[in-house]
Amino acid sequence: MNRTETTDLSTLEIDASCRVPLLALFGGAALWLVVGLALSLAAIMTFHKTDMFADCPMLTYGHAQAAANDALLYGFCIPAGLGVMLWILARLSHAELVLPLVPVVAANIWHLGVFVGVVAILIGDSTGFAWLEFPRGGSVLLFAAFLLIAISAVATFGQRKERELYPSHWFLLAALFWFPWIYSTANLFLVTHHPVRGVAQAAIDFWFANNLVFVWLALVGLGTAFYFLPILAGRPLQSRYLALFAFWTLILFGTWCGIPQGAPLPAWMPAASAVASSLLIVPLISIAVIACKTVCGASVTCKGGPFCYVKFGTAAFILSGLMLVASACPQICRVTEFTWFGPAQAQLQILGFFAIVICGAIYELLPRVMGFALAFPKFVRIQHWLFMLGILLWAGSLAVGGVEQGIKLNNPQTAFADSTAVALIFLRAGTTGLLFILLGSLLFAANIFAMTIKWKLALLKTVIAYIKSPLENESDRAEAGEVKS
Amino acid sequence: MKNGFGVFLAAFIALGLSWCGFVLGPAKQLGAEKQAAVLNSSDTYPLQPTGNATLGLQVYRANGCAACHTEQVRQEGVACEVVLMKYGKNPVATSNFVSTLKLTGLTKDEADAVSDQITAAGGSVETHIVPVGTDIARGWGVRQSVAADFLYDNPVQIGSLRAGPDLANVGARLPDANWQLVHLYEPQAVAKNSAMPPFRFLFEVRKLGDAPSPGALQFPQGFAPAAGCEVVPTPEAKQLAAYLLSLKADAPLYEAPFTPVIAKP
Repeated sequence: MNRTETTDLSTLEIDASCRVPLLALFGGAALWLVVGLALSLAAIMTFHKTDMFADCPMLTYGHAQAAANDALLYGFCIPAGLGVMLWILARLSHAELVLPLVPVVAANIWHLGVFVGVVAILIGDSTGFAWLEFPRGGSVLLFAAFLLIAISAVATFGQRKERELYPSHWFLLAALFWFPWIYSTANLFLVTHHPVRGVAQAAIDFWFANNLVFVWLALVGLGTAFYFLPILAGRPLQSRYLALFAFWTLILFGTWCGIPQGAPLPAWMPAASAVASSLLIVPLISIAVIACKTVCGASVTCKGGPFCYVKFGTAAFILSGLMLVASACPQICRVTEFTWFGPAQAQLQILGFFAIVICGAIYELLPRVMGFALAFPKFVRIQHWLFMLGILLWAGSLAVGGVEQGIKLNNPQTAFADSTAVALIFLRAGTTGLLFILLGSLLFAANIFAMTIKWKLALLKTVIAYIKSPLENESDRAEAGEVKS
Repeated sequence: MKNGFGVFLAAFIALGLSWCGFVLGPAKQLGAEKQAAVLNSSDTYPLQPTGNATLGLQVYRANGCAACHTEQVRQEGVACEVVLMKYGKNPVATSNFVSTLKLTGLTKDEADAVSDQITAAGGSVETHIVPVGTDIARGWGVRQSVAADFLYDNPVQIGSLRAGPDLANVGARLPDANWQLVHLYEPQAVAKNSAMPPFRFLFEVRKLGDAPSPGALQFPQGFAPAAGCEVVPTPEAKQLAAYLLSLKADAPLYEAPFTPVIAKP
């Protein structure tokens, strides 16, 4: 295990060191993606037929929607993002993953925590805070698992051969630091026996939700995009300095967003948030310039492969960021606040940006990590189309429906029922989009599980071959074994 | 940034600043908040909810009601309204004079000018402060929601989507407990065109005994349960209704002033 002596590790060995942890993280993530989208679909069914779940409390909108959001965010986004992060850090460090067993254990703890949390929400034991619905039992498991994965990630980062950091490093390392802070803060201030009093709870929940759903996902998603875009386009990131500028401005302004303009809080808080949101336009433009300059002029065509995924995801991030900026502008906020525009932005951020960038990254890295081609390579292209169409339909109809609803809501002469009725039409249309995304996620899960089964079968074959091998040269085998270990 | 420490420092500074602003700030500013004084009165606001209303908040939380309902009324500003109290010595002339004036939607200066004119004509007036805004025009509240409204709520269920109407003041708007329970059991029975799903799992349908059970729901015509049956709320339903009835953001406060209109007997 003398790492310092093995000067030139082949990428094959680096990839192989990530195999088991990544499978543990991605397997659960793929399952939660499907479960989360299925729950989303169940939740939206209430708007098709109001009394569908009148006798089944678990699947009413209030239960199913929170469970769906958390299954997607905590079940899919974070573990899948962490898996991709571990691989990128190992590749950038030119070193094998350090302590590879730790993330395997952590992945299982993490997914157990998500299971506990999602079941708790469904049986009515949620905390009642948006994006922080998991009760204490679940959050403790998540927090411990995150720290374990972070240990492995930071140790791998410490093994790097070149001192100079790559832009992806900044984004991914900041994300590693971000989550423990915001998650512990939110849980300690809100989900203890002595939470803060009154509306300060709402303020802290807004802060947490924005820092997780907008900033954390942006850090990991962009860190991944800035690693894969140059590789897939075949030209360097344009440019390193602009990326540094984007990183600084994103974390500096992004973290102050998210307090709604009409919230019953002291006026300085929504005002500070509005200023930060308008400044967010600066990192958004820089990121758009970086992505365009890196991608344009590339002689590679994507044909629905991972390159397409990352390009679409980055564009979706810019759009979701612009929606965030718009909804902080007082004139626009008066219309969009309390409408489906907000959920549209969150869905675009989670599914349109993060899920699609991470799925693309996984399709690119998984064959390398496993050492064999994807089980269903055709699914990659189909999933890309399903996701793209689905997200445009789903987030698009929610956003347009939200604006229509807001216009009606803002006219006191219009009956309230009219504002819900107009949103219903768009919600029902958007359900088709959600179905497309669910189908796409099934293809993704099929690929991940087929790869896992293929690998387990190969493992089993090796073991059987080992057991079946003749016993004559007992001493030779023992020697061979020593050399191997 | 050349090394890991630089990234750590950048993230620490950025997140630390917003943590101080949006976590420590409100925790200090609002976390030690006490009951507020009601304007022009010796009362304090809000009163601590008790019994079923406290338990009902947990039913509200468990069922994720905040996914569709907000508890925050927005306000665009305030206007002044001049109200004629006495006609004075020459009622007909004063009344005719007043009918030519614009009495609502005034600024403070306009209201002062109008009340001076009426006083000069012999009438006596009062100037009322009236909050204005879409939510208030819809009748969802009498003033904007402020931090004091949530003092005793844990967890605070402020909500962010209005798939259903705002509930900040629902206890004052719809004070009938039977209405609330029927609405939970079968929303369309009392609110036509309602998009709310029925919460039948909070109720028991029982065979009617010799006499109706105490607390059985009184349905409007056409929505009664099958013959020989009655609908009885479970404890959770009663708690939820008690919580909804406890939602009354109707006290004038320093940060949200208005002149309460006292209904004449």
